[in-house]
Amino acid sequence: MRVESSISRNAPADGQKEGWDGAASTSHVLKPGELDLSHGVMLYLDDITVSFDGFRALNKLSLQIDAGELRCIIGPNGAGKTTMMDVITGKTRPDSGKAFFGQTIDLTRLTEPQIAHTGIGRKFQKPTVFENHSVFENLELALKTDKRVKKSLFARLFGDDLDKISDTLKQIRLADQADRPAGLLSHGQKQWLEIGMLLVQDPKLLLLDEPVAGMTDDETERTAELFVSLKGKHSLMVVEHDMAFVEALGGKVTVLCEGSVLAEGDLATVQADPRVIEVYLGR
Amino acid sequence: MRTPASVRLVAGLGPKGWLAIAAVALVAWVGVPLAHLMLPESHPLHVSTYAITLLGKILCYAVVAVAMDLIWGFGGILSLGHGLFFALGGYSFGMYLMRQIGRDGSYGAAIPDFMVFLDWKELPWYWAGTDSFLWCLLLAMAVPGVIAFIFGYFAFRSRIKGVYFSIITQALTYAAMLFFFRNETGFGGNNGFTDFKRILGYSITAPETRVVLFGLSVTLLLATIVLGKALIASKFGKVLTAIRDAENRVMFIGYNPLHYKLFIWTLSAMLCGLAGALYVPQVGIINPSEMSVANSIEIAIWVAVGGRGTLIGPVFGAGIVNLSKTWFTTSFPEYWLFFLGLLFILVTLYLPQGVVGLWARLKARKAEKAALAEARASVAAAPRATAAPEAKIPNGTAATVAKGA
Repeated sequence: MRVESSISRNAPADGQKEGWDGAASTSHVLKPGELDLSHGVMLYLDDITVSFDGFRALNKLSLQIDAGELRCIIGPNGAGKTTMMDVITGKTRPDSGKAFFGQTIDLTRLTEPQIAHTGIGRKFQKPTVFENHSVFENLELALKTDKRVKKSLFARLFGDDLDKISDTLKQIRLADQADRPAGLLSHGQKQWLEIGMLLVQDPKLLLLDEPVAGMTDDETERTAELFVSLKGKHSLMVVEHDMAFVEALGGKVTVLCEGSVLAEGDLATVQADPRVIEVYLGR
Repeated sequence: MRTPASVRLVAGLGPKGWLAIAAVALVAWVGVPLAHLMLPESHPLHVSTYAITLLGKILCYAVVAVAMDLIWGFGGILSLGHGLFFALGGYSFGMYLMRQIGRDGSYGAAIPDFMVFLDWKELPWYWAGTDSFLWCLLLAMAVPGVIAFIFGYFAFRSRIKGVYFSIITQALTYAAMLFFFRNETGFGGNNGFTDFKRILGYSITAPETRVVLFGLSVTLLLATIVLGKALIASKFGKVLTAIRDAENRVMFIGYNPLHYKLFIWTLSAMLCGLAGALYVPQVGIINPSEMSVANSIEIAIWVAVGGRGTLIGPVFGAGIVNLSKTWFTTSFPEYWLFFLGLLFILVTLYLPQGVVGLWARLKARKAEKAALAEARASVAAAPRATAAPEAKIPNGTAATVAKGA
C-alpha cells in the first residue's frame, strides 16, 4: 500500500506520464486524472495531522474506504469528523500525511472544484442550497457538465440533462416542488435537495455530514433506504449521531475520538468496545 | 432544444422590454435632437444645452450604476473603487481630446499646455498613438479592464471577501488619485484635462456634437442593460448569484468561483471605462477628484437607492440621486452631504430593495386592496345569516375580511 502511494505521489498531479514507459505496468494502463480503483480502495487516508493554533484537530488519522462501501463515522463533538471531510475535499490542507482518492489522485494537491470534478461530492452539516434559485435550478447547476465560464455563458439543457434532473427530482421526492425557490423548503427537504445535488454530479464518493438532522422519522427512514440503494454503485461516508439511522444503514462503523480512529467494526462490536463506551456512548 | 443566442436574447427581454428600448432610443435619437435644434428657445418643448449636458452626464453615471449592480447586486461583491475605472476610461479618452486641441492651446505648442508648463519637450512614451480616436477608445476599455483583471485575480484568488474587499478597493482608488495628482505622472496633475476643442474634427461645443454624444450615451446605457439581462438570464448569471448566496456549495459542486468573479468584475470595470470615455467630452473636464473615495461610495448609493439586483433600478437610482444633487448643490450646497447620508440611511432601513422594491410593494398593496374591496362587496351582497363569507373571498384575504365584516 505504502509503496503504491509513494510512487504515485512522484507522478505529477497534472497527469504527465514522466518516468512511466507503459511496459512497467503489466495489468492496466494508468490514465491521468482518472480514478484508479485497481486495488478496490476508494479513499485512503494515512497518518493525517491537522493542527489549528496548536490544537490537533486530526492526530495521525488513518482510514481506508473501499469501492462501493457504505461507512458510518461516529464520534463525540470535536472528534475531527468535519475536519476530516475538509481535508478530503481540499478545504483544509493537512500538516502531514497522505490523502489519496483511488490509487493515483493526491487530494492534498487539488483545489475544491478540482476535487469535485474527480468525483467527490460533499453535503454540509448545515443544509446548503441556493435559496434564491428554484429546486430545478439547484439541480441544474449541480449537473455533471463542463463548469467553465466560457461554457456557462451559452449553456443549454438537453434531453439527457432534463431526464437526469427529473429522475433525481423523483428520487428525492421533490418533483412537485421543482419550480419553488429552495429557500421555501422545509429543513428536511433542503437536506434532500442537497443530497440530490450530489447525485446529479454522479460522484464516486459521497461525503454526508449529518444528513438526517432535522428530518422526521419517516424522512429518516426513506433516507436510509436511499443510501442503502446507492451502496455498491457509489462509496458513501456518513457522519451521523442518530444511532437508529446508523443501525438502519448497516455496514462498518468507525469511531473517531480526539482526531484519530478509536475503534472500527460493525455497530454491535463498536458499541460493546469499553473504550468507546467510556468516551462516547457511556456518557 | 438548442436555440441561437440572438433568439434567446430577444425572448429574454420580452416584447414589452424591447418596445420600451425602441421608444427610448427613438426619443434620444429623434425627439431630443429635434427639440434641441429645431425649436426656438422660447418654445416650451425646447431642450436646452444645459439639460442635454446634464442628462448626458447622468446617463453615463447610470451605465456605471448598472455595471456596479452586476457585481454587487448579482455577484455580492461590493466595490468601493468603481470611480477609479470610470476615471481611467475618462483619462484614456481625454488623452485623445487633448491631442485634438493641436496648436490651439494657450502656448501654441504641439504638446498639451500642462506639459509645456512642466518644461517637457515631447510627449512621454505612454502618450504614443493617442492622436488616434480608436486607440484611445480601446484604451478606455482596456486600461480599466487590465487593472481590474490583475487586481481581481490576486484579491479573489486570496479569497478576500466582504468588507475587506471593499476597503482594499477604496485604498486602490485613493492610491490612484494621489498618483494622478502628481504633475510628473503626465496627466495634468490636479487640473487634469480640460479646454477641449474638437472631437473627430468637429467642434466639441457645437449643438450637433452634443446631440450625438447624448444619443451615444443613451445607446450605451441600453446596450449595457440588454447585455446585463442576457448575462443574468444565462447559466453564468445563475452561477453568479449562487456564488453570492453560498460560495462553498458552488465550489464543492465543481465551479471555480475565481473565474466567475473575475469575468464579471473585469466586464464591469470595462463598462465603467466606456462610460467615463463618453462622460469626459460632455462634461469637458476630467481630474483626479473623480477618483476620490467619496465618488466611489456615491456609486454604491445610486445602486442601493435604485434597488440592488434589479438592473433597471440603478438607472433610476443614478437619476434620482444626481438630479437631487444638482438641485441641492445650487440651492443649499452645504447640506448636500447630509442629505445624501440621510437618504442612504433611510433606504437601507426602509427600502432594502430600493425604489424598484417600493414600486413593487405599492403595486402588491393596491392589488390586495382591490381584492379586499371586491370581497367586501360580495359579502355585502350575500344573504346575511346563510353562506359563510370565507367561501366567496379570493384566497389570502379571508382573515382580513372576517375582521372587517
